[in-house]
Amino acid sequence: MSKQSILRSVTEALIRTDLPDIKPGDTVRAHTKVREGGKERIQIFEGFVIARKNGGIAENITVRKISNGVGVERTFPLHSPNIAKFEVIRKGRVRRAKLYYLRDKVGKDARIRELR
Amino acid sequence: MLPGILGTKIGMTNIFDEEGRCIPVTVVQVGPVFVTQVKTTETDGYSAVQVGYGEKSDKHLSWPKFGHLKKAGLTHNVRHLKEFRVDKTEGFELGQEFGAEVLEEGIDITVTGTSKGRGFQGGVKRYHFKGQHMTHGYMTHRRPLSSGATGPQRVFKGTRKPGRMGGDTVTQKGLKIVKLDTERNLVLVDGSVPGPNGGLVVISKVVKN
Repeated sequence: MSKQSILRSVTEALIRTDLPDIKPGDTVRAHTKVREGGKERIQIFEGFVIARKNGGIAENITVRKISNGVGVERTFPLHSPNIAKFEVIRKGRVRRAKLYYLRDKVGKDARIRELR
Repeated sequence: MLPGILGTKIGMTNIFDEEGRCIPVTVVQVGPVFVTQVKTTETDGYSAVQVGYGEKSDKHLSWPKFGHLKKAGLTHNVRHLKEFRVDKTEGFELGQEFGAEVLEEGIDITVTGTSKGRGFQGGVKRYHFKGQHMTHGYMTHRRPLSSGATGPQRVFKGTRKPGRMGGDTVTQKGLKIVKLDTERNLVLVDGSVPGPNGGLVVISKVVKN
């Protein structure tokens, strides 16, 4: 067994298979589990995916939204057990894998066309 | 039981624990190791267990090593021989095989390996010298500058200078075993361990007083 296949086999059981197909430009709703004072509740973060980084178990997406006029970005590890589920609300039509240029755009420029 | 074991560093990855925290882990494939010699106070002046680990072609097997391994009942060559000091040598037999079952999940360990070779490096990288300014007209940037006082009219031995870096034996303390796979002899160590992937590492259990 090669070194890479051993590493893959270690994390195999932790890789989630119930994930939807998330691509850059998509609008997603991430349901994260939050533990507060012994209680667990679901917190929702909605925004568009500006980057997806691969890396096996470390795979993650960066979600950006505008909250009260301030840009907020949050990175979610896709395979984390702390995330209840991801919902894809809208597919976006984009021509880049990383949409970092959207950080400099405001208002109407910061929109993403819907994929048809 | 052996106080430690030899293994090969496979590489690093992440796992999630029960609380969903992401933990960086190093995967080490340990064993199997075979007891090649049992040293006792009567015969050697101290008590220890010598174990052999790794595969190596018989082409490079010397006659003295062949005889040494034959005495232990081994039919194949081993790449590494390593001694572990033990208090009692009872229970150890020549040719006895050990694997990951020597270790336990959650215990504190110390990992020894050979650090990656960096080649000839300057003082800034090798000894964390500050260096000089990059701007403001400075014409030296990363030089070691003074080698000492003018009084002794010589440079003291051991003065930190540029030179070969890395390739040293490094012992990393305060590590923990996150997960143990005795079936496949895999150990998941919390954090990083010295050396390149594929390098030899010695995992030794921490003895609590």
